[in-house]
Amino acid sequence: MDVPAGKTKREVIEQAVIRFAGDSGDGMQITGSQFTNTVALYGNDIATFPDYPAEIRAPAGTEPGVSGFQLNFSSAEVHTPGDAIDVLIAMNPAALKVNIADLQANGILIVNSDSFKEGDLRKARLSTNPLEDHSLDKFRVFPVELQRLTRSALQHLGLDAKAMDRCKNFFALGMCYWLYNRSTDPTVRWIEDKFKKKPLLAEANKLAMKAGYSYCEATEAFQISYEIPPAQLSPGFYRNLSGNQALALGFVTAAKKSGLRLFLGSYPITPASDILHELSHYKNFDVLTFQAEDEIAAITSSIGASYAGALALTTTSGPGMALKTEALGLAVMTELPLVICDIQRGGPSTGLPTKTEQADLLQAMFGRNSEAPIPVLAPSTPGDCFWVAVEACRIALKYMVPVIILSDGYLANGAEPWRIPKEEEIPAIPVKFATDPESFMPYKRNPDTLARPWAVPGTKGLEHRIGGLEKQDVSGNINYEPLNHENMVRIRAAKIDAIVQDIPNVLPAGDPEGDLLIVSWGSTYGAITQSVKSQRAKGRKIGHLHLRHLNPLPANVGDVLKRYKKVLVAELNMGQLRWMLRAKYLVDAAGLNKIQGRPFKQAELDQKIEEMLGL
Amino acid sequence: MTTTALPPLTKKDFQTDQEVRWCPGCGDYAILAAVQAVFPDLGIPRENFVVVSGIGCSSRFPYYMNTFGFHSIHGRAPAVASGIKITHPELEVWVATGDGDALAIGGNHTIHLLRRNVGVKILLFNNRIYGLTKGQYSPTSEFHKVTKSTPYGSPDRPFNPVSLAIGAEATFVARSVDIFQAHLKDTLKAAAAHQGSAFVEILQNCNIFNDGAWIDLTEKDARSEHVIQLEHGKPLIFGKNRDKGIRRKDDGDIEVVHLGNGVTESDLIVHDAHHPRPSYAFLLSHMEHRPGFPTPLGVFRAWDSLPRYEDVINEQVRDIISKKGAGDLNQLLRAGDTWEVK
Repeated sequence: MDVPAGKTKREVIEQAVIRFAGDSGDGMQITGSQFTNTVALYGNDIATFPDYPAEIRAPAGTEPGVSGFQLNFSSAEVHTPGDAIDVLIAMNPAALKVNIADLQANGILIVNSDSFKEGDLRKARLSTNPLEDHSLDKFRVFPVELQRLTRSALQHLGLDAKAMDRCKNFFALGMCYWLYNRSTDPTVRWIEDKFKKKPLLAEANKLAMKAGYSYCEATEAFQISYEIPPAQLSPGFYRNLSGNQALALGFVTAAKKSGLRLFLGSYPITPASDILHELSHYKNFDVLTFQAEDEIAAITSSIGASYAGALALTTTSGPGMALKTEALGLAVMTELPLVICDIQRGGPSTGLPTKTEQADLLQAMFGRNSEAPIPVLAPSTPGDCFWVAVEACRIALKYMVPVIILSDGYLANGAEPWRIPKEEEIPAIPVKFATDPESFMPYKRNPDTLARPWAVPGTKGLEHRIGGLEKQDVSGNINYEPLNHENMVRIRAAKIDAIVQDIPNVLPAGDPEGDLLIVSWGSTYGAITQSVKSQRAKGRKIGHLHLRHLNPLPANVGDVLKRYKKVLVAELNMGQLRWMLRAKYLVDAAGLNKIQGRPFKQAELDQKIEEMLGL
Repeated sequence: MTTTALPPLTKKDFQTDQEVRWCPGCGDYAILAAVQAVFPDLGIPRENFVVVSGIGCSSRFPYYMNTFGFHSIHGRAPAVASGIKITHPELEVWVATGDGDALAIGGNHTIHLLRRNVGVKILLFNNRIYGLTKGQYSPTSEFHKVTKSTPYGSPDRPFNPVSLAIGAEATFVARSVDIFQAHLKDTLKAAAAHQGSAFVEILQNCNIFNDGAWIDLTEKDARSEHVIQLEHGKPLIFGKNRDKGIRRKDDGDIEVVHLGNGVTESDLIVHDAHHPRPSYAFLLSHMEHRPGFPTPLGVFRAWDSLPRYEDVINEQVRDIISKKGAGDLNQLLRAGDTWEVK
């Protein structure tokens, strides 16, 4: 992105990474998601990375209070939000300080120069003003008086200073729209809808955005603007979708496809709450949302709803999973369908509530007393969350089992263009309730799936008792006999193993055999895909096996592992999938492990791959 | 609730083939018998009954009831029951629980079910001891009580289950005793007739770990001096000779008075179980802790004008459907800003 001297010109480029950063009260998440929506609507492929503090309002102007939103948008396929950024918008010195290391040399830095007074610098623990001390010389710095310019644009509206200052993020957004030649229309529509009941604020935000746009036009501040043409995605209708939204849509779809009522029992927890928020809007799909008194009531009410014949789910994050542990065992024992979403975050304990991690895998696999196997699935992208939600419901209903979905904070809040399927493209999920008292036994099993019948209260002649005590197979009566217990433990395990019949064999991306296989799961898909692509472009023989089904694993995983000289398991934990693969397949897998509350950067993957290849 | 025109149900219809495994002499047998006697008369098809329990001696209850039954995990029966009732409001859902199950490990779920007024009936078997774990003190055990885990006496102040339920603004709160079969059946029938949440504390003897738990209230001689029967619309009178009563004082508090010497029945409080506010019932629930006051049995509170939670939540769904129309999946998936790639 070289800047030619002279008048404003427009340059066509393939891709850009932009990051909005400011105080957690500066509206950076809104600014970022508005920009995202606009470029997505235009047809760019996108990947986003919202990164915000756990505190709603950490002390203003300090480093812990910095909230960021990063977007990679492109005319080609993108898989990650990008390692380094091309444009940084910093609303204050703290935002500048926290983010400047990621800005490319010669990158564009837009700063709100009104917020670089002595007090602002002190709050950010800066002894000199970066705008004056030459520390920013390698960037193209554009100091803009965001506060003064916004106020002067809005002064005739009669708002107080505080209310006017709250619009300055839209001034900055207007500038970015000019910089990338994007229409402000989608955001105008959004503002009008959002502030329907506050027309004055709607007007103020629209004016601020327009002022930002016009400022660039009038002052020719940038001398250059950029054009990123639409991406060549496969044909169809698209929308911009976050992982949590996609899960919610997936559950509504599964309910419709199975003909069941949807019941969500949930207790608010970051970063899972948005699934509850989303589903609470869909009541016209016969969706029941129950905000329970705690995590335990959230899952046990769902178990009750499942017993009563609903498609039941519960949504949480790691600490909530820990609380749900005993109830998960109950769902295993009573063999009722249930979907549990664990939107992972940094841990242990309260950990890093707003940061991403993949360290609940072993908890999902084994975090229960005794032998209590549960199927585990993990989506790979925000859009994939939709399909994983449908698949999890299908498995739960077909096999009469609880199923865990492991998403994470990165997928939950990140967004991508999602090709919208038609209802007809999604297969029906057949459900059969027991109705015939003649042949009814609570634990008489389907020979193919080992599923027990689903006998819903209110069905005449099917009165029976279930519960957490060990039971006799077929009759379901309480039974403490040693051999019966062993038999039941083995049946419950065999039932989970049987699911493998529905899981297609995996085909690694890249080379089908070669020097190195990278194995991964969950949200690391994008970064690893990008890295493998670039490594293979350099002629390296690399395959990438990304697992969606973690329990049971697809049948051919062991064979795939053997086709490569080396195996690297890359994950955002201390090596949990690696541990599982080593235990199950006796494979000498190495690990790339990052536990920083952040996704992989491509450079980190490239470096490890090259190290493993002896380069 | 639907009524049935089929042949009437009998007690036998509600008995299972499972061997009952409570200790001989346990108060739970009497409660089981009373419930099995009351259920057939409620005019509800048997398949619509669901009995839910947690963990403890009382929580074996569902196995002995020939209805749908769910023996869940410790303390969680109210949450399981809420999920069932919200999903299927027409089911008749009863919870069998104990003082540990409902007030210690499951205290949170108990108060929240009552707060929401979910149309579930909770039978709390209170024997003031942990039976299944063999004799530790419970949240209703007396201060200083010597048990297996408190050899020098319990340092805990007990909960009064009725006060707790009224404090959570339960719309039906009553108390009965395992061995007072007629009273217990009447109380259960009153609970069954209530549409909202019903909370019934049943004083129950544990003849193994806490024998004589309620002997002051159950022994023939002591009974009439220590117990006051609450009957809606009747004055609060007790005593062997029915010569004592409860009178309201000027400061709003209550006192025990002897009838005679100018004090007549008309001076006494007339029991009003239907009062919309819970403060009077709370005052009643607390008097047994005061010297000279009797322990009330019967219905403290039966105010049924609050909508049931399951109706509110399902009505909301119906309302939104009638306003927006039944959800169209294609429309939902294509909601918001979309674009087409050709």
